[in-house]
Amino acid sequence: MIGLASYLCFFVTLALIYGVATLGLNLQWGSAGLFNVGVAGFAAVGAYVSAWITATPVDTHWGGFALPIPLGWLAAMAASALAAFVVGAATLRLRADYLAITTFGAAISLELVALNADRLTGGPFGIAFIPRPFAALSDQPLAFSAANMLLVAAVAGVVFVALERLTRSPWGRVLRALREDEAAAASLGKSPAKFRLQAFVIGAALIGLAGAMQAQFFGFIAPDNYLPVFTFQIWVMLVLGGSGNNKGALLGAVVVWGVWTASGSLFNLLLAPEWQARGAALRVVAIGVVLASVLLWRPRGLIGERATVSRHVE
Amino acid sequence: MNGQIVIDGMTSGAMIGLGAIGVTLTYGLLRFANFAHGEFATWGAYIALVLASLLGTLLGGADGTIGDLTFGWHLLVALAGSMVLTALLALALDSVLFRRLRRHGSGMVLVIASFGASLALRSLLEFGFTGQPQYYSREIAMTVAIAPGMRATLDQLVVLGVAVALMAGTHLMLTHTALGRAMRATSENPDLARLAGIDVADVVRTTWLLGGAMAAAAGVFLGVTVQLRPTMGFELLLPLFAAAILGGIGSVPGAMAGGMIIGIAEAAAVPIAGAQYRAAVAFVVLLVVLLIKPTGLFGARER
Repeated sequence: MIGLASYLCFFVTLALIYGVATLGLNLQWGSAGLFNVGVAGFAAVGAYVSAWITATPVDTHWGGFALPIPLGWLAAMAASALAAFVVGAATLRLRADYLAITTFGAAISLELVALNADRLTGGPFGIAFIPRPFAALSDQPLAFSAANMLLVAAVAGVVFVALERLTRSPWGRVLRALREDEAAAASLGKSPAKFRLQAFVIGAALIGLAGAMQAQFFGFIAPDNYLPVFTFQIWVMLVLGGSGNNKGALLGAVVVWGVWTASGSLFNLLLAPEWQARGAALRVVAIGVVLASVLLWRPRGLIGERATVSRHVE
Repeated sequence: MNGQIVIDGMTSGAMIGLGAIGVTLTYGLLRFANFAHGEFATWGAYIALVLASLLGTLLGGADGTIGDLTFGWHLLVALAGSMVLTALLALALDSVLFRRLRRHGSGMVLVIASFGASLALRSLLEFGFTGQPQYYSREIAMTVAIAPGMRATLDQLVVLGVAVALMAGTHLMLTHTALGRAMRATSENPDLARLAGIDVADVVRTTWLLGGAMAAAAGVFLGVTVQLRPTMGFELLLPLFAAAILGGIGSVPGAMAGGMIIGIAEAAAVPIAGAQYRAAVAFVVLLVVLLIKPTGLFGARER
């Protein structure tokens, strides 16, 4: 019973971490129409920065400042925001899909650095012994998982409320106006590049925070965590849940993560060991088909963006 | 820069150029960056692998080799077959996915869909063939000296020659046939082309067929000179985009020149930065182009 309950807590914790990343992506894509194919790269920046700051020192690679976890998370957000600022400043003034290609390239290059800059990142083995929050409770599994879940839920809750207020604020309206009709919004004196860059940077900071939280709860990180399939998962969560809607982003994260882990366990149970790798590949095929199907037949996702219509229309 | 870097860079540059033809044409015509284009190269390579082994089984007896090359005529037949089948695959992907999304929805939805299609297509190959590398042949590639300090395998030289011929053929077809002129006109201004009586749907179909076939050739050549892996086309994607943008979106000579420049830059960077960072070279070139001249070398001005 306790095993099941703590597993549930663990599941919700991870789903909400993905939820925070999906919320960040929703600000970029759902509100501002910015296409980020480098989600994994920004998450990796957050994860490594938080790991450097909070882990204990080792001889094999840089970092190990053993500072408190909240400091690591703040630094992670700042670092991902900085990375997004560099990428965004270079490409946001160009046509929209150049941002997609640039973020894709940035994620691949960051993956190469994570894999090969051994002195910095620990190379393919990554960074281990990242302190977990509430480590003092670790001999009581249920209390430990529950405390972690509550912490992540609190963070996700704060992010959700902040984004709800932000997207309803005049700032959020300008973003949507730019997404719908750039020329009209620009003619009202709103600078498209400035607002887009702001949305892109804030969204990336949230994705970096999610990367840092994930690193902290796994306790170790390696370049394998940040392959393009990570980006893909976050995108499916957003598109399935309903882009443009923060509730949809969270719902999509929980649903997709649930289906993903359930199908993984099912394959582990049913498939012979030599078929496991193929089963994993088939899982990615299935989720790709789901993404395409949602785009084709239900572009709003489960709960899409609410239509914003003037009250004078009726 | 020594000659070895030039010849190695040109070989991989020719393959990048072949793949970038499809990227630049679909980008110019349909206005979206197709992230699934690299998978056409991968599928082309694996389809040729299956066709070549089918040929071997049907005819009884393994494929011999032509001269000192590592492959025989089975692979040449398989290459032609794979170009046809991959062209049809590209057309099929357009009709089940992209064409429907083009009718409603913005251009960026197409990019998301292509990203999903790319992972699905790649994972399907991983399901069928596992992630283990495969080879067309176990023969050892013979090298020849072409100039002092410059050696190339015969395979490389043949691949380079055929790739350049395919690119030149594509360019001639675009500049000297009625269909080619219709394709360029539609890319310049679809509405005006339609008014002038051009069958735009036909042009779109031809673009997919051409892009798919060229990508398949790039994939087979990559399989001949390196190896086959389900991720080979995905890893080619960034160089393809970089080449298409460097050359100027919509320009086939630009894609060829862009491919060559990226290929040589990658080969030149290996002694400096190490082979492990080779894949980042295309990204650096891409950033420089976007910062300095986003329309590329041969690109038209933004409309």
